[in-house]
Amino acid sequence: MSVQPATKALSARDFKSDVKPVWCPGCGDYSVLSSITKALAELGLSPEEVAVISGIGCSSRIPAYLNSYGFHGVHGRATALATGLKLSRPELTVLVTGGDGDGFSIGGNHFLHACRRNVDMTYIVMDNRVYGMTKGQPSPTTEPDWDNSALAPAGTGLRPFNPLVIALASGANFIARAFSGDPNGTAQLIVEAIKTPGFSFVEILSPCVTFRPDQREWKTDVHPSPVDPTEDIGRAARRLMTDDGFNLGVLYSGHRKPYALNFDASVDSLSDLEQQFAV
Amino acid sequence: MTEQPGTYKSVSIALTGAGGAGVITAGNMLLEAAAKSGLYGLFMRSSGPQIRGGEAAAMIRLSSKPVGGPGESFDIMIALDWHNIDRFAIELPLTPNSLVLADPAQGEVPAVIANSGAQIIQLPMKDMAKKIKKGRPNMLALGVVATLIGLPDDIVDAVLERVLAKRGGDALEASRAAVAAGMEIAATYDFDRTLKGDADGGDRWMLSGNEAAGLGAIRGGIRFVAAYPITPATEILEWIAPNLDKIGGALVQAEDELASINMIIGGSYGGTPSLTATSGPGLALMAESLGLAVASEVPVVVVDVMRGGPSTGIPTKSEQSDLNIALFGLHGDAPHLVVAPTSVSDCLFATQWSVHLAEAMQTPAIVLSDQLLGQSKAIIDKPADLAFVSQRSVVEAGVVDYKRYAITQNGVSPMAIPGTAGGQYTADGLEHSENGNPSSQVNDHISQLDKRARKIESFDYGDHWADIEGDGELAVITWGSTAAVVSEAISDLNDKGVNIRMIAPRLLAPALPDKMTEALKGVKRALAIELSHSEQFYRYLKGYFDLPCPVQSYHRPGPLPFRAAELVNEIEKWSAQ
Repeated sequence: MSVQPATKALSARDFKSDVKPVWCPGCGDYSVLSSITKALAELGLSPEEVAVISGIGCSSRIPAYLNSYGFHGVHGRATALATGLKLSRPELTVLVTGGDGDGFSIGGNHFLHACRRNVDMTYIVMDNRVYGMTKGQPSPTTEPDWDNSALAPAGTGLRPFNPLVIALASGANFIARAFSGDPNGTAQLIVEAIKTPGFSFVEILSPCVTFRPDQREWKTDVHPSPVDPTEDIGRAARRLMTDDGFNLGVLYSGHRKPYALNFDASVDSLSDLEQQFAV
Repeated sequence: MTEQPGTYKSVSIALTGAGGAGVITAGNMLLEAAAKSGLYGLFMRSSGPQIRGGEAAAMIRLSSKPVGGPGESFDIMIALDWHNIDRFAIELPLTPNSLVLADPAQGEVPAVIANSGAQIIQLPMKDMAKKIKKGRPNMLALGVVATLIGLPDDIVDAVLERVLAKRGGDALEASRAAVAAGMEIAATYDFDRTLKGDADGGDRWMLSGNEAAGLGAIRGGIRFVAAYPITPATEILEWIAPNLDKIGGALVQAEDELASINMIIGGSYGGTPSLTATSGPGLALMAESLGLAVASEVPVVVVDVMRGGPSTGIPTKSEQSDLNIALFGLHGDAPHLVVAPTSVSDCLFATQWSVHLAEAMQTPAIVLSDQLLGQSKAIIDKPADLAFVSQRSVVEAGVVDYKRYAITQNGVSPMAIPGTAGGQYTADGLEHSENGNPSSQVNDHISQLDKRARKIESFDYGDHWADIEGDGELAVITWGSTAAVVSEAISDLNDKGVNIRMIAPRLLAPALPDKMTEALKGVKRALAIELSHSEQFYRYLKGYFDLPCPVQSYHRPGPLPFRAAELVNEIEKWSAQ
C-alpha cells in the first residue's frame, strides 16, 4: 500500500472536478461519486497520487468528474489498463470504476484475470443490472424475467452472473457489497478496499431509476450482512452462493500476496546485454 | 566444379530431419562457426505445424558478403531422415550441381529429391554415429558440412566446446568424435564449396530479427512490456523478458491481446515507454485500443511479426499481408505510425526508431516485421550505436491551468505524468476539448483531429524514411523483408549491366509523397514487388503517392520467400518491355 498522509488535509470537495455529470436525475452513481471522494479524502491522499481508470458506460464517466488523474478508455478493458499502470507505477493509488455490462460482459475475461492476478488496486462496479447508456438492454446481472427491453421482450431467460462468487473463485483478495443509498457506508467500504493490499472488488448496488424504476425498492431490500467478514475462503464461498444479493458489508478479506513486478536493474549498461550477440 | 575454391558468391546448406533429430542445433553451431570464421550468413528455419516431432529444416546461406535472403538453390543438403519430406521439399530447391547426403538406413531417396538430378551420396550416418559412444548423426552432419565449406577445424571445435562444455558428462567428447568422423569422410568427397571468410573484418553480431527487435526496443527506452504469446513473435517476448529484467524493466504476460494493448497504454500513460509484440490475429484484436492510444495521445509500440493470413493462416511462415490492417485497420480518422524493417539487422534500428517516434509524437507506432526476418538468425556487422531514445514532452509539478490536449503549432502537447501535482487530467477516447473534458462540439473535434494529424505530418523524419540504392532510370519499389532480396537481385543485374534503382520505404505511415517523388527523380518506369496476394503495397503506392512514372506490380503470396533468381527473372522481363 502506498497511502501517504497529505501535507494538508483535503476535503471530499477537493477531489471533484467542475465537469457536470451526464447522469439522469436520481441515478445512484451521483452518490457513488460522492462516496469515492469522501474515501479519498479520508485516506489523506492528494489528487495527483490517485488514478481512476474506467471503460465505457454511465458509471465509467466517473474519472472526468474527479480531480485526480483519470483514464476513460475503451469498453471492457479498464482493469487491463489499470493493471499496466499500477504494475509500472506501484506508488500510485489505482481505482477502476465501471458498470456491470462493462465489467462482466465485454470485460468478463479481464475481470477473471484481474482477480487472479491480484494487483493492488480497487475495482468498484456500480451494478444496476441494465445497460443504461444504450437505453435499457439486459446485462449479465439482469434477472432472467426482466421483460422491459425491446431487445429481449420476453426476458433473457438466462441465469444472472454472480460477480462476487466469480471474484472469489478467481482469486480477488477483498470482496464487499455496498448500496449507493448509503453513501457513508459505501465510503467506508471503499476506504477498506483501498487499504487492503491486492485486488479489492466492491460491488455497489446503484439503481438506474430511468430504465429500472423497480430498483427504487432496493432501499428496502438491502440489509447489513448478518455475519462478520471472513478470511476463510470456504465459508465465504458458501455465504456468497446462498446470498440474497442484498447483504451489505465486507464479505471476504484474504491475505494473498499482491502481484507486483520488479523494476530493479542488475546490469549497468546496455552493452552488458549486447555482449550476448557478439561473435 | 568449374569455380575456384573461395570464389562462390554464397553457399546454401540444408539440414533436414524429424523434430528432435537435432538439425536446428547443428544449424546453430554451423552458423556460429561460420561467424567466427569471418563469414556472413542467414539461418532460416522451416518447421511443420507440430509442436514436437514434426519435420524441421535448418536452411543456412553463407557468404563472404552480407546475406539478406535465401540462395537460389541449395548446394548441400544433408537429410538425417525423410520425415514428411514431400511436405517441404518445395522449400529446398536442388539442381544437378547440388550434393545430397542420404542415409541408406532411412530408406530410398524420395523421387521429389532424386528428380532434381542432384549428386547423391549414401552415407550411413546413423550407423556411423552409433559406433561412437553417445554419438549423434546431427554432429556427424555438422562435420561433413564444415569440411565441404572449408571451416577451420579449430573454430568448429571452439564452438562445440562453448555449446557443450557446460552440458557435462561426455556430450562434448561424443560430439567431437562424431564431428571428426564427418570431417574425415567429407575429405574424401570430390565436392568443394570452400568459402573465404574475413575473421579480421570487424566486429560481427549473430542474432535473429526477433532478438534484434527486442534489443531495439530496449535501446529506444522501452521498460514495460505486456504481451500474449503468438507465433512467430514469441521469441521477442522470450528474449526481452529476462533482458528487460536485467536493465530495470519488466514484462507481464496478459490474458489476451485486448489486455496486452490496454496494459501498455496504462504503462505508458504512467510515464513508462511501453511495447507489445504480436502477429496478425493479435493485431486485429488490438485495433480498437490502438484507436484509443491515438485519441488519448498515449505513445505505444506494437511489433507485428507477420505470418500468412487471413485468420489463423500459416503461423510458421512469412507473408507481407498485414500492410492493410496496419495502415487502415483503425476506425475513425486515426493518424499513427507504421514502420517496416528491411533486414534482420534493421529490426533493431526500425524498432528503436519507432520507440523514438512514438514517444516524440505521443501516438502508437506499429512495427511491421515478418516471420522471415523475425525467426531468421543472421551474421551481421555490429550495429552502430544510435542516439534515438525516447524523449517525451512532459510538464513539471506545479503547472497551472494545465491543458493536456492544448492546441500547439507542431500538434504535440506536453503530457502530465500521474504523480505530477497540478497536472491532473482524464485521458479519454471520447473526443475532448483542450483540457481533456469530453466534448462532442464541432470545433473541438476538428481542432483535435487537426492537431493529431499535424503532429505526425509535420515531423522531420530525415533520411531514415527509406533505403534507397542506385540511380537507374528503372526503379523497383519494395518494402520489408523483400527489400534485401530485391537488393541482391539488383546487384546481380548490375553485374549483367542492367542498372536498377531500389526504393524501400521504412516509414509506411505517414506516407511521404514528396520524398517518394524526390527518390523517383529521373525514373522512367517502376516495378512494385511484394509478398502479398492482393498486391496491398502496390495499391497503397497508387493511392498515397503522386508517382511521376508508370508503375507495374509483381506480387505473389507466401509462404515461399522470394529468391534473388526469381526476382532477377521478373525484373529482366519487365525491364525489357
